[in-house]
Amino acid sequence: MSRRVETALEERTGGSSFLRATLRYVFPDHWSFLLGEIALYSFVVLIATGTFLALFYSPSTAETTYQGGYSPLAGQEMTQAYASALHLSFDVPGGLLMRQTHHWAALVFVAAIVMHLMRIFFTGAFRKPRDVNYYVGLTMLMIAVFEGYLGYSLLDDLLSGMGLAIGYAAALSVPVLGAPFATLAWDGQFPGTDVFFSRMFITHVFILPAVLAALITIHLVMVARPHHTQWADPGHTERNVVGIPMWPGYALRSIGLFLAVAGALVLMGGLIQINPVWLWGPYHTYQATNGAQPDWYLGWLIGGLRLVPAFDVTIGSYTLIPNPFWGGVLFPLSIFGFLFAWPSIERRVRRDQRQHNLLERPRDAPFRTAIGAAVFTFVATVFFAGAADRAFVQIGIQYETQVWIYRGLVIVLPALAYWIVRRVCDELRARELTFGDSSPVRRIRRGPGGGFAR
Amino acid sequence: MSGRRVELLVAGLLAAAAVAACGFVVVYVVHIDTQLLGLAFGLALIALAAAAILAGRSLVPQEIETEERPDFTDPEGRSRAEREARELHHVAARAGEGISRRRLLGTAAGAAGAAMGAAIVVPLASLGPSVDDRLRESPWRDGVPLVDENGIAVPASHLDTGSFLSAFAKGADRERLASSLVVVRVNPDDLALPDERADWAPEGIMAFSKICTHAGCAINLYRSPLYPPRSPGGPALVCPCHYSTFDVLTGGDVIFGPAGRPLPQLPLRIDSGGNLVAAGPLSGNVGPSWSGVRQS
Repeated sequence: MSRRVETALEERTGGSSFLRATLRYVFPDHWSFLLGEIALYSFVVLIATGTFLALFYSPSTAETTYQGGYSPLAGQEMTQAYASALHLSFDVPGGLLMRQTHHWAALVFVAAIVMHLMRIFFTGAFRKPRDVNYYVGLTMLMIAVFEGYLGYSLLDDLLSGMGLAIGYAAALSVPVLGAPFATLAWDGQFPGTDVFFSRMFITHVFILPAVLAALITIHLVMVARPHHTQWADPGHTERNVVGIPMWPGYALRSIGLFLAVAGALVLMGGLIQINPVWLWGPYHTYQATNGAQPDWYLGWLIGGLRLVPAFDVTIGSYTLIPNPFWGGVLFPLSIFGFLFAWPSIERRVRRDQRQHNLLERPRDAPFRTAIGAAVFTFVATVFFAGAADRAFVQIGIQYETQVWIYRGLVIVLPALAYWIVRRVCDELRARELTFGDSSPVRRIRRGPGGGFAR
Repeated sequence: MSGRRVELLVAGLLAAAAVAACGFVVVYVVHIDTQLLGLAFGLALIALAAAAILAGRSLVPQEIETEERPDFTDPEGRSRAEREARELHHVAARAGEGISRRRLLGTAAGAAGAAMGAAIVVPLASLGPSVDDRLRESPWRDGVPLVDENGIAVPASHLDTGSFLSAFAKGADRERLASSLVVVRVNPDDLALPDERADWAPEGIMAFSKICTHAGCAINLYRSPLYPPRSPGGPALVCPCHYSTFDVLTGGDVIFGPAGRPLPQLPLRIDSGGNLVAAGPLSGNVGPSWSGVRQS
């Protein structure tokens, strides 16, 4: 930059010293610190591609006769929402590339957030002073999952309609409040009226992205203020931070990461088909398809809904709590409840109110690591249970048998995971206490004169 | 790698990005092809990414810097934090100096806040009238004819034993949850209906709501007659979303899966023209449950 630009900037904003500090901001280097950046850059791609899609999408359930470029559906009655998705896919130049890139970016966005969350959890990066920022991140994960669900529900193909029916049932199942809320949101009984799609649309393209953008800003400021965490390597202390300055080394790497993420997403959007809505056909309440699976980040909820045995909480012959509440509402809320509660649980269990800027290796916090592994195993088992019908088609194990096996596994596997992980952590740490050359541990011997010698 | 070679490599990658991006424009203008578009633009981005990362790692000065962290609290104690907090409190508390009736003002402000909150929330009610009425709507009454997908009356003689058919209430909006039915025919001797439903299945023809009582998906699987003879055996209707399984012969009882209440059954009769007609309303509320719905 020429000196004149910098002078002009300083004369108008007085921001030189702030900018100078920002450019020398230090980033500790470890691959796992990039997971959050991948999520951030996926979000940028989502905004870019989503803006393009919004220029063509029509959030209307008015019936229309399809006459676009996809001949197998020619002459079919469908909603304008679905017709506009087909139009975007077949008749808008580059439209399918944008739609598929958007869908892949959404899948990667949530995946990167979940990986980032696991990194934060298993290394203790959520500890004070970063616990509040961890809550901000969890909130964003919940919003991201809901945002993705709204996104693929907008298309109004057969799969998305079935997903909305299940979402309606989950909303309706909330005790006492569910029916009024769902009836207001859908403007009547499912499938609702035109305004429901307008509401989904504005929520998906404006309200939630704006909330996410605001929370991302808060998240980044709260990362930068106490600076990044770092591993406990030589020279790293609780009071310093060692790494690559933002300018020029880290900025170029991070810009490179953004371009690589965007490039990978565009390549996937161009080369790997995702959600071919023209194959599913338009949605009608009285139609369904077999073997339907949601986007991956909702797999745990379909598993939860399927595993719960058939029971409602009733008063006399009236329902108080309908069944979808357990798997579709209580289960995800409990998992998030656990994640939100963990920092204060750990502070209490370990009696530790101190600030922590150095990360812990998972093995050095065996209780946390084992509990985290158990909860993860629980969710993963429920997730796989959601695909039991596909396993039945592929392998041929009776669906009913599988459900009973999974009902057992969701209890057994987490306990097993806790025990194994705890053992592995202890073994790993014990192995470090050897007397090798690289070990800090030394064998000493007490001589007859009372002195110590190596 | 020497500096000169890195410079050449970065320049080469930037040139490759330029070529690929030009390729994207050419494909867009000449012949739209999703795969080629994705390939060209994706590779352009990847080449740029490689250039930026290479430049960051090998071209610009490689520095490792150590920076002091801002000190929010003393890592061992909390003295600094407490001092800061006291000073913050001092600034914040200035607003209250010289005010004597704090409790009165606080109560009044709370009342105003609560009332304002109510005033803001209450207009939400204009979004709709009574909830339950809208969830209980149904077109089925005695005498409403059943029609097939093309709107044609359904003759009883068209249904063979073991067959499965979708039907709708004549004249009703088919997208309404209560409109759609599945119609099946079983051997009348196998029926195990409750006494009050003895005449609901003329010639073994039975009609059920097509919408699952668990999560509202359409029931499109009919297992007949090979359901394993565990209990109670016989034909069953299955929802493909979460595999709630309803026993046909007993009138829609749940025999597997998560549904919490039976599938509503529609009493049928055969009119003078031999067509299927409703003989009354559905046996229960259609679709997913809510607080206050009858169990059956």
